[in-house]
Amino acid sequence: MGTQGYLLTVITFLPLFSVGAVLLLRSDDQIWIRRIALAASLAEFAVSLLLLRGFDSANPEYQFVERHAWIGESIQYHLGVDGISLFLVLLTTFLTPIAILCSWESIHENVKGFFVALLLIETAMIGVFVSLDLFLFFVFWELTLIPMYFMIGMWGHDRRIYAAVKFILYTMFGSILMLVAIVWLYGKAGTFDFPDILALMQSGQLVFPPTTELLMFGAFFLAFAIKVPLFPLHTWLPDAHTEAPTAGSVILAGVMLKLGTYGILRFCLPLFPEAAHRMAQPIAVLAIIGIVYGALVATVQTDLKRLVAYTSVSHLGFVVLGIFAFNTVAIQGAIFQMLSHGVSTGALFLGVGMLYDRRHTFEIKQYGGLATPMPVLMSFFLFISLSSLALPPLNGFVGEFLILIGTFQTHHAWASWASSGAVLSAIYLLWAYQRVALGEVTVEKNKTLPDASTRERIILATVAVAILFLGIASPLFTRRMEVSVNNVLEQTSGSRNASRPVVAPTAPGVAATIPHRALPAVAELQVRP
Amino acid sequence: MPDGQFMNLHRLAPEVVLCLFGMIVMAVDPFVGAARKRTLGWLALVGAVLALASVHVANHFPGPAYSDLIHADSFSMFLHVVILSAVVMAIFGSLDYLDQENIQRSEYYALVLFAAAGMGILAGANELVTAFVGLEISSIATYVLVGFRRRSPVSNEASLKYFLLGSFATAFFLYGIAMVYGVTGTTRIEDVQVALNEAVTSGGHVPALAILGLGLILVGLGFKVVVSPFQIYAPDVYEGAPTPVTALLASGPKVATFAIMIRIFYVSFSAAQGYWFWAVCVCAVLTMLIGNLGALMQTNVKRMLAYSSIAHAGYILVAFAASTALGVAAVLFYLAAYVFMKVGAFVIITHLGQQDEKRLLIQDYSGLASKQPVVAACFSLFLLSLLGLPATGGFVGKFFAFQAALGVSRRALVLLVVIAAINTIIGAYYYLRVIITMYFQAPHRDYAPTPVPAAVAIALVIAAAGTLYLGILPSRVWDLAQTAAGSLFPH
Repeated sequence: MGTQGYLLTVITFLPLFSVGAVLLLRSDDQIWIRRIALAASLAEFAVSLLLLRGFDSANPEYQFVERHAWIGESIQYHLGVDGISLFLVLLTTFLTPIAILCSWESIHENVKGFFVALLLIETAMIGVFVSLDLFLFFVFWELTLIPMYFMIGMWGHDRRIYAAVKFILYTMFGSILMLVAIVWLYGKAGTFDFPDILALMQSGQLVFPPTTELLMFGAFFLAFAIKVPLFPLHTWLPDAHTEAPTAGSVILAGVMLKLGTYGILRFCLPLFPEAAHRMAQPIAVLAIIGIVYGALVATVQTDLKRLVAYTSVSHLGFVVLGIFAFNTVAIQGAIFQMLSHGVSTGALFLGVGMLYDRRHTFEIKQYGGLATPMPVLMSFFLFISLSSLALPPLNGFVGEFLILIGTFQTHHAWASWASSGAVLSAIYLLWAYQRVALGEVTVEKNKTLPDASTRERIILATVAVAILFLGIASPLFTRRMEVSVNNVLEQTSGSRNASRPVVAPTAPGVAATIPHRALPAVAELQVRP
Repeated sequence: MPDGQFMNLHRLAPEVVLCLFGMIVMAVDPFVGAARKRTLGWLALVGAVLALASVHVANHFPGPAYSDLIHADSFSMFLHVVILSAVVMAIFGSLDYLDQENIQRSEYYALVLFAAAGMGILAGANELVTAFVGLEISSIATYVLVGFRRRSPVSNEASLKYFLLGSFATAFFLYGIAMVYGVTGTTRIEDVQVALNEAVTSGGHVPALAILGLGLILVGLGFKVVVSPFQIYAPDVYEGAPTPVTALLASGPKVATFAIMIRIFYVSFSAAQGYWFWAVCVCAVLTMLIGNLGALMQTNVKRMLAYSSIAHAGYILVAFAASTALGVAAVLFYLAAYVFMKVGAFVIITHLGQQDEKRLLIQDYSGLASKQPVVAACFSLFLLSLLGLPATGGFVGKFFAFQAALGVSRRALVLLVVIAAINTIIGAYYYLRVIITMYFQAPHRDYAPTPVPAAVAIALVIAAAGTLYLGILPSRVWDLAQTAAGSLFPH
């Protein structure tokens, strides 16, 4: 361990400490507040990259583990990352400086409060990803809510109060039942420690009766499904995303939704394997409905930001589908899709936010032919849209492809239905792009709009590089996830028979893998089309 | 016995100090000019702090005092600290309020100290009549305090209402004691337990008269801790009382009465657990629902917080219903967390109310965050703690309560916890509404904030520090609560 002993603590609490620094500044000293927040978040990103250096992708155990007693003997300060959470931490630290940079000029009021909220959210979200104690996890989980609530409520658009209240009541409703389930679990297991509970389950010392397991699964899953959000629990999302300031939307769509899918993968599956398998069918159906419904509703939006918000419902449906396909490829795809959706949709919100900064409207009607006055901004916008609609070799493609391929191995029908979402995403995004960017400039005011500023170019270029990198270098990511994903699958199969053999073809630029345990003979098989 | 009377005094040290200072405040009063009555407040504060320190003395000599009427055990000591912390914060919150309302008088402080002494006796009482005396000492003092704004009709009405209904409730309590005495021939907590256990082994069940007595005791004490269906008076009284008195009323008596309730129900009536379990469950559900739904309707912050304190009594009853040592520990921890956040919230309302308590509507707070950011942040902290969000004492308290209730494999308790969880969400709505008003709405043009006086600031610092400490590092207090709970069950 050595010097890495406290790395996760440093990563988790560095933003919190920078909150202290920001609080010390005078509230009218806006420039330095912004600079310090940016510097802190960049430093945070740099530090988080150290995780990559020390991470051993062959090790199925949690790494960078820290474990200290906290409250009594049963509640511990227990941190660790594996191949699933590693990249989600990096996604968080990557998106936060971008969120700070994109609010550089658009936030004028109470600047100090805004950056404090943003940095607090970062700490809380990273805390969720690295917690291995259920109590600690829940604390961070709830802590993400309050700063986001303030962010939507204080710096949002016209209907911000309605959106903020809806957001917080929805998510709290789910999480309070999860708290009951967590405490109940403790009553049975005698510990809040997640790996310990799993060990108890594997050794057969902790067995849940089917009905109880289903109820517990339900309590956990409801909390996560609201966060994802899974159809029909998604109604808070369009309001929250649309009313939040740009940085808020970026963080919400980029990271916060992944708290839900991460929670399903990390906790729901291994803790309640039987219930997860029993409920897989209805959940997959909801996910597919979400994919298609989200896409259809996005198509008919007249509000650009709302359109982007609905794409999240569709894209996150893919993630949930991939998780409940229960095979390595699909789950790798799901994790990859979390990352790629974080970057792409975050980027879409950035682009929409930049348009809003210029015209103060999200109405698609108010735009049109923008490629003429702002060629640079619109080129980036096209690039981002293409990544979001899953054009090879960009990032969106890898995730969706892996999910569909993996799902197809086990459930032909699910994959067939879901793939319609891929087609629909091309329709709504390209049509939206066409209406916004192409053709004649329809509104007089738009003719004189300035093109992307240097700051905006830096933001967009960074995101574009990330998109391209995720797309081309996807094996760098999937390879590090593989062992952990197999580990989760093994825990989830539990008492069941070994998961069904899966033969995974590989697309260009995609390293698909096969569960070793299931197919030892062809473990290294790589099929090239 | 070498210790004798002297040792008795040690074990009653906090009450002795409180009464002494109460009398000193009254005695010194004639020598203090009308303009300098505030000094008496500081004197009372010294008394309260010394009493807090003297808990340490009592803690050094654990054991029974005065023929076992009072127990100086760690249970009693824990609650003494909680009660006296509330008293200290309430006095800090009163100093400037009394100046502003022009009712700066020595009686006020003396009554606060006497009320605190009564609560202390209640927390340590090991005998039912002693408990009754403690209850009356604290009640009579608070009846007067509630009506302390003599020129305000609301305050007078509240005082009369509280007095009439309160006397009625204590009569119930006394009647219950009489019945218990009639059945068991004793009023000592442990002797009642022994007698009832014997009755069960010989007769097969708890005598009906004892159950009736317990029911009457529940009515009397339920009134004081503000448990439904005995809560009707509370919103009016809490609203009418001077706000610092409301702070005291919502914290001290509740803590002390829960103490004696635990002793009576858990120890004396342990044989009747099967009976009172259901009564407590029903009360808990009613209390949570009525408290939260009532608070939902309010436009007046003070009244909203009154309903919220009803709701919190309900959450405490959830832990109470667990009927285990862990349940007692959870009740104790919850009370500690509750006192800091609740008194903190009332102190803020006191300050923001301005003269004649005229700014008490939620709407009056709109845009407060831009005018008084620190006050708004503190208030948000207390509200979020009352709501039960992590990193605050309120969350950890609720968590331990759930943990205690779910630790007993009983379906009714699981249901109770789920109801409590759903109530938390109802609570979220009205607590967050205040935050919305403070942060998301435009400030009133004509609102001129009064600067925060030093005494109020100290009270707020204590309350905020306590709330955060119990939320982030609850380990130590939780250990103490467990030890305290353990001291009730010697075996």
